[in-house]
Formats: sequence, C-alpha cells, structure tokens
Amino acid sequence: MKTSRRTQVFWIVGAILIIAYAIIPVLWIVSLSFKEGDDITNNSFLPTVWSWENYKTVFASDLFTTALRNSVGMALIATTISVILATLAAYAISRLNFPGKRLVLGVALAITVFPVIAIATPLFNLWRTLGLYDTWLGLIIPYLSYSLPLAVYVLAAFFREIPWEMEQAAQVDGATAWQAFRRVIVPLAAPGVFTAAILTFFAVWNDFVFGITLTSSEAARPVPAALAFFQGASQFSQPTAPISAAAVVVTIPVVILVLLFQRKIVAGLTNGAVKG
Amino acid sequence: MAAIEMRNIVKEYGDGFKAVNDVSLDIADGEFMILVGPSGCGKSTLLRMIVGLEDITSGDMVIGGNRVNEKAPRDRNLSMVFQNYALYPHLTVFENIAFPLRLQKGLAEEDIRRRVQDAADMLELNEHLERKPANLSGGQRQRVAMGRAIVREVNAFLFDEPLSNLDAKLRGQMRTEISRMQRRLGTTTVYVTHDQTEAMTLGDRVAVLRRGFLQQVASPRELYEQPVNMFVAGFIGSPPMNFLPAVVAGDRLKLPFLEIDVPAAAAGRVTDGQLLLAGLRPDHFEDAGLLDDVKRQRGALFRARVDVTEWLGDAQYAYIPFEAGDEVTKQLAELAAELDSEALRTQLVVKIDAMSRLRENQEAQFWADTRRMHLFDPRTGENITRDESAAAELAQLEQEKLQERMA
Repeated sequence: MKTSRRTQVFWIVGAILIIAYAIIPVLWIVSLSFKEGDDITNNSFLPTVWSWENYKTVFASDLFTTALRNSVGMALIATTISVILATLAAYAISRLNFPGKRLVLGVALAITVFPVIAIATPLFNLWRTLGLYDTWLGLIIPYLSYSLPLAVYVLAAFFREIPWEMEQAAQVDGATAWQAFRRVIVPLAAPGVFTAAILTFFAVWNDFVFGITLTSSEAARPVPAALAFFQGASQFSQPTAPISAAAVVVTIPVVILVLLFQRKIVAGLTNGAVKG
Repeated sequence: MAAIEMRNIVKEYGDGFKAVNDVSLDIADGEFMILVGPSGCGKSTLLRMIVGLEDITSGDMVIGGNRVNEKAPRDRNLSMVFQNYALYPHLTVFENIAFPLRLQKGLAEEDIRRRVQDAADMLELNEHLERKPANLSGGQRQRVAMGRAIVREVNAFLFDEPLSNLDAKLRGQMRTEISRMQRRLGTTTVYVTHDQTEAMTLGDRVAVLRRGFLQQVASPRELYEQPVNMFVAGFIGSPPMNFLPAVVAGDRLKLPFLEIDVPAAAAGRVTDGQLLLAGLRPDHFEDAGLLDDVKRQRGALFRARVDVTEWLGDAQYAYIPFEAGDEVTKQLAELAAELDSEALRTQLVVKIDAMSRLRENQEAQFWADTRRMHLFDPRTGENITRDESAAAELAQLEQEKLQERMA
C-alpha cells in the first residue's frame, strides 16, 4: 500500500502535536529547576541565568536525601520480591490447569483497578496497631499487593507465548521440571521479566498515597511524599524551584531505566525457536 | 539401544474419548518403525506416550525390558525431534546440541566438545556452531534438532513429523539423510508421518493407525501388495487405489467396463448376487495398444472413454468416470473423508505409459492386471483375497533384511 503525501503530513503533524503535549510540562519543570531565586517570576519559559542553586539546596537537605534512600531501597526490594513471586505464579498459571485459574487471573486484574485510597485509612489503623506504621516493611507490603497482580498478568501473557515444546524438549533431553524452567523458560521470558520489573519499579517509585498516609517521619518516607514537606532555602519563600529540581532528580532514574532496558523490553527473543 | 514393546496401550481423555485404543506393537532393537495414518488417528499421541509426554491410561510400555509407564521423560533415555524443532532460541547451535550432555552429571567439558563436534560433523553443521537458531534456514534448524537427538547414546530416536515444515526438495534430501543416519547408528527409531513417501521409503515396517486402532503392521511392500482392509489399501499408495463395485454372478464377477472370473482366493467366500468392492491400483492398468502379447494374456481388456489425461513426463494418468450405485458412492465418500481426501466423483484413475497417445474424450482400449486385484467386503472393509502365504513371505524378507543390517 502506498501512503499518499497528505496522509504522511497528517501523521507527522499529529505526532509532533502529541509529543509536544507530553513533553512541554516536563521541559517546563526542568526549566524551573534551573531558575535562581526570584527568577521563577521572570515571565519567560527559559531562566534568565542558568543556575545549579536549586540542586545544591535539594541535595543539602536531609529531608530529600533520606527520602531518596528510602525510595530507592523500597522500590528495589519490592520489585525484586514481586518479580520473583510473579514469575513462579505466572508460570503455574500459564502451564497448569487447576480449578479457579480464571478466578485467580480475574482477581489479579480486579486488584490492579482497585482504588488505592480506599485501603489507605484502614491500613493506617492496622499498621499502627501492628507496629508497622512508618517502617519500610509497612510500605513494601502494600506495594507488593498492588504490583504483584500486575506483574503476574504481564508475565502470564509472556509465558503463554513460549511454545510448550520448549519444556517438553528439555524434559526429553534429560531436564527436571525445575531445570527446564530455569535453563530454558526463564531466559526466554527475560523480556517479560524485565517488563514486569520496570512496571513494578515505576509503580512503587511513583507512589504517593501510601507514602504520605503510612509514614510520619524520615524513617520510611519516599520522595514523592517528601516533596510535599519540602521547604525552600528560607521558610518564607515558595519552594517551587527546589521542588522542580527534586522532581527532575527523581525522574532521572526512571528515564535511565527505560533507555537501558528499552531493547530488552522489545519482545522477539523467541524468534527462531520454532519454524519462523 | 533397545527394543520397544507396547502392550494394549490405551489413551483415554477426560471426556471419555479414546485417542489410542488397545494398541500392541513390538519394535525390534534397531528397527525403523513408521507410525502413519490420517490426522487424528492417534499416531502423535502414541509417540508422545512412548517418550513420556503423555500419560498412559492403561497398558504397558516396555523399553529395553523395563516397564516405563510411570517414568518421567528424562528417565527413559530417549531423544525426540519435534515437528517445529523446539530449538532453544537463546542458545547457540553448539549449546543447543550440547544441552542434553550438560544435563548429565560428570561429563568433562572436553568430552562434551568432542561429542558435539562428532554430531556436527555428521550433520555438516560445523560452520554454524556459533550461530543462533534464529539465523538459520529451515533445513539447518532441522539438522540442529537432529544433532541434539543423536549427541547422546539413547535407547531410541523418536521423530514427530520432522520434515513437514520443509519444502519439497529439501524434504527429499533430509529423508535420505535421516535414513543414512539411522542405518549408520543402528538405533531403534519411531517416526510419525502422514507422508506417503516417507512412510514407504524410510521404514522397515509401517504401522497404520485409524481412529486410535492399529490396522496393520507390515513392511511397506506388504502393505502395498497385501493390505488387510480397505482403509489400509486406500491409505497406502498415491494416487490411491481405485475401488469399483463388483457384483458376483455365479462364478463371474461384474465390474464397470469388464467382467472376469471370481478369483480363486475369493471362491467359496462369496455368495451369488453379493456386492463387493474391487480394489485395483492405478499402476495395475495399461494402454492396451502398448502391450506385448505375453502380458496381454495375463489380464483383462476393456474399452472406456477417457475424461481427462495428465502427462507427467515419466508417466501419464487417465481419468475414466463411471457410474456406481448410491450405496457404493456413499461408502466411497465415507472412506475418502476418513483418508483426509474428498471423493468428488466416482472415477477410475489409470496409470499408463507416457508414450501413449491417448486423447481426452475419446474411447480407448485398456488392459487391467486382474490377478493383482483385491476384493473387499463393503460392510466390514475386510480384504477377502489377501494372500497370507505371500504376506508371510514378505514379512520374512523384511526380517532378514533387518537382521542382516544389525549383524
């Protein structure tokens, strides 16, 4: 099919519009983060003088650095646990026939759309009684309960794509079920595992509701929640610019992750396994 | 290497459907056994039961003298080539072939390297060892799958339609290659196919299955010449055997176009007025004009109008339509449906010499080798003219060939 010049132009213009719509707020925050002092009221998109002042302020503040440590730590732990459990669960779901299999997947899907705010208050009371309030564990548990179903869903779809013959061939070749899983299925599902890991990491990294309701101090407060407590260089100035700087800092890991694993996420590793 | 014995093997699914029904089959050590039949006949299921990927509902599966019903695939020491090859896409060709060896404990790296090299030499895969399966052609992938199968010393090789994904030319080459490899290694082999040529050329013996039931196990020659029933007769051979209505009239047999004496083998087993089905293969016919007198004496002559001819260079097919009663037409349609084909019209397919100048839509004189004709009971499908002594002779011949090879 030949695309005419007009449709080509239409697509290019459309793409530019959508990209602009998405990227302008981001660029604006980046621009704000480089504005010095009262420069944020300069009525122009770009700063008059490019300055690192806000970044210095942010990293000088204990509030931010401990929150960053909390965020990184909890996100990594939650992601690791979630991906390991999800891989095993998804494999079972895709390969075994057991009563209630559809129910498990249905419930998993239901959980991902369940409003987070609805369980925030009950959890707050429960965690205070149990002593989990304001601890890493107290946040990791609800993170898991939301990210696990998502990861299971993504991975189950991936496992289904892998031909049964792969494991059967491995079994005939002399592998135990575990060996077949570890040496054949897991490497083949790697793109799926990465996708699930990144989705989980983002979900946890971006969480605000649990972060603000289940913490009261720097002991476990993650960055998105900490930003709300942020104060500027002095008590009397609006901390817009430093918050922008902090926002840019927390966005960077996400961008790096996507760039690093972009190619891994692209499926297609199974090419050539069977007749192509 | 080992013999495989199957005793009354049954595979019943949860819904009560029996995919394999009471199959007993002995495969001798070193024998090349073909499982063949139309789709859904249970041939693949049976193969997967041998290798252990499918549970056995009842019966005994004995490999090398040990009952293996409850053994996991890895404990049966068999290797299998899958229809879609099932190569490991994340491993190189070398690692794909080495995979079964790496799973065996205590094999030195050097040993593994040597054995993979040997397998690669045999299959001419040396220049591809470091490549990934995705970068190989279909034929190369097929060879890697075979390499993975032959790298270990196993009790038997199992093939599940290994050539069906290749194009016709490559299929012919790989067929010869498989045959050569099996002869050289002398390993017991079970090979599932629905391809006529593969079944006839590769196997020492061929087992024909129909809806889970074993019909006949015999050498290709015996299947072709002495089939036990209409199903086997119709399944083996391409183009398939012609079935013509034949009515017994005293000691004569009336067929469309010709009338002959009731064959001696059927005498006493048929009653006057009985409707039978006569089976004549396309190559049992000839253009009467091209025959020498000696040959002419041995068969029957008849005149018929040719509808269509197909000239293939080395042979020529002529199609001769005939009228058959409703009962026969229905019966032939049923048989055709079961054989994965379609009977559009009742017609005689005749293979004649390529030299024949026969023209379409003209009447011509044909010769039929009626001595090689078989008669079938239309109700049971049973072959009432099967020559048991000739069949036994062919079986004996096959036995001797195998023993000679294994010695």
